Amino acid sequence: MNREPYLLPNGRVLRYSFRERLIHWMAGISYLYLLLSGLAFWTPWLFWIGVVLVGATVARELHPWFGILFMIAVALMYNMWARQMRKTPSDKAWWDAIGHYIRNEDDQVPSADRFNPGQKLLFWGFFVFGILLLISGLVLWFPQYIPWNVHVVRQISLFIHGVSFLFTVALFIIHVYMGTAMERGAFGSVIRGDVSRAWADHHHHSWYEQLLRNSTTQK
Amino acid sequence: MSQAATEIVRISGHAGTVPGAGLNREFAVCKLVDTTTCIGCKACEVACLEWNGYTFTQTTFDNSYQTMPETAWNYWNLIKFNEHEREDGSLMLLMRKDQCMHCADPGCLAACPADAAIVQYANGIVDFQEANCIGCGYCMSGCPFNIPKFSPKARKVFKCTLCNDRVSQGLEPACIKACPTGCLHFGTKSEMKELAETRAAQLRDHSGHRDAGVYDPEGVGGTHVIYVLHDAKHPELYGGLPSNPRVPILVQLWKKPLRWIGNFGIIFGAVGVFIHYLRFGPKIVKADEPKTEGEGQ
Repeated sequence: MNREPYLLPNGRVLRYSFRERLIHWMAGISYLYLLLSGLAFWTPWLFWIGVVLVGATVARELHPWFGILFMIAVALMYNMWARQMRKTPSDKAWWDAIGHYIRNEDDQVPSADRFNPGQKLLFWGFFVFGILLLISGLVLWFPQYIPWNVHVVRQISLFIHGVSFLFTVALFIIHVYMGTAMERGAFGSVIRGDVSRAWADHHHHSWYEQLLRNSTTQK
Repeated sequence: MSQAATEIVRISGHAGTVPGAGLNREFAVCKLVDTTTCIGCKACEVACLEWNGYTFTQTTFDNSYQTMPETAWNYWNLIKFNEHEREDGSLMLLMRKDQCMHCADPGCLAACPADAAIVQYANGIVDFQEANCIGCGYCMSGCPFNIPKFSPKARKVFKCTLCNDRVSQGLEPACIKACPTGCLHFGTKSEMKELAETRAAQLRDHSGHRDAGVYDPEGVGGTHVIYVLHDAKHPELYGGLPSNPRVPILVQLWKKPLRWIGNFGIIFGAVGVFIHYLRFGPKIVKADEPKTEGEGQ
């Protein structure tokens, strides 16, 4: 899948390939638009966001299209990462140590693979709620085509769209906080792609070890 | 309202009482549709189109008098026909003028996210302000009567205004004006309610319609369009009039508890991560410089 070498000649480690970064930002930017326009429709207190986005009428027209774009990105991510996001037996020990992880007592947290169990939760959360948002969103896109004798489907869709939206917002807040403020180096990894060796060793020890082992066997 | 503007409170240099002072004027308007005297002539439909500037649209044929299945964005008023077979085998041709009911508790307004796209006036009229409509169609999901309709061309939603433009000038709605049998009445809510009840009692006592009654559903807080039905126990017979309409429970849950839980959750989350940062700070990677080169062997 990825032909770029992981151990870079400048002594750094490739964390995310160009393809991975591109798809990540395809999802990220479309989600940001969906979030902002969605918040405008969510509460009258934030309806002004619609004005900022060239008018709420335009936002209503574009929101579904950005939803399609987002779901294409999610599908590409699934194709790219689903295998690495699978639950492993060691995940439980990591979750048991989540308190240490939150308190930054990282020496007491079991070593993580390429993606730690929290990242796996983020991935599957966005995957599942993304599908729910897509299905309910298609109904909300064209309510006039839902026949009146099954109009309860429209109401169910409104409710599911709201609930799923809130779950993704929760995931999004934590993801953005961790990716920017909390884990120094993480944001660079998804922009430029590389991290320091110490970073890889610290945050994804099992993955880093595997990289080193592979590189020594190749030599 | 326009009536309030002409109500006198004080008069300068005037001896004696102020004319009309203390008079209790009712602003709530109401349209009464007596289905028992409707002949299905569709004059109200034509008057509605004329007044609101729409042209007659192509009709469909479904082996009955029904000219089209339901109201449309440019066709706000439609007679619903139903050939109903009674228990004794006799036929009744039920005709009901279908239009916006102007609910006291409007589901469309509850569901709408756009600032001032739906306005409820003190006289009971619920009116769409298309200039503010964003075309999301949430009102179509909130309405229990299948009234708001989406215009694919304008990309906005339209419905009956109860001729707000006429009523605010002291005129009756166009449909009322056109009705040749007098089955349509317009006045204050209490007047129309009284008239409807009188007619229903007449039907019960003198015409053998034992279940005759008035349709003014409480689930939506009453409506500003009310019906007299021969059979008030089965409003569904009249072209699918819901027997207990209400603002859909899922719309209520979404707009009240879910929104508050959500708003609280979003603020809690944003503040929470900030406090976490203040308390625990970033995750520091020791020796975050590539000087641990030789650790491989």
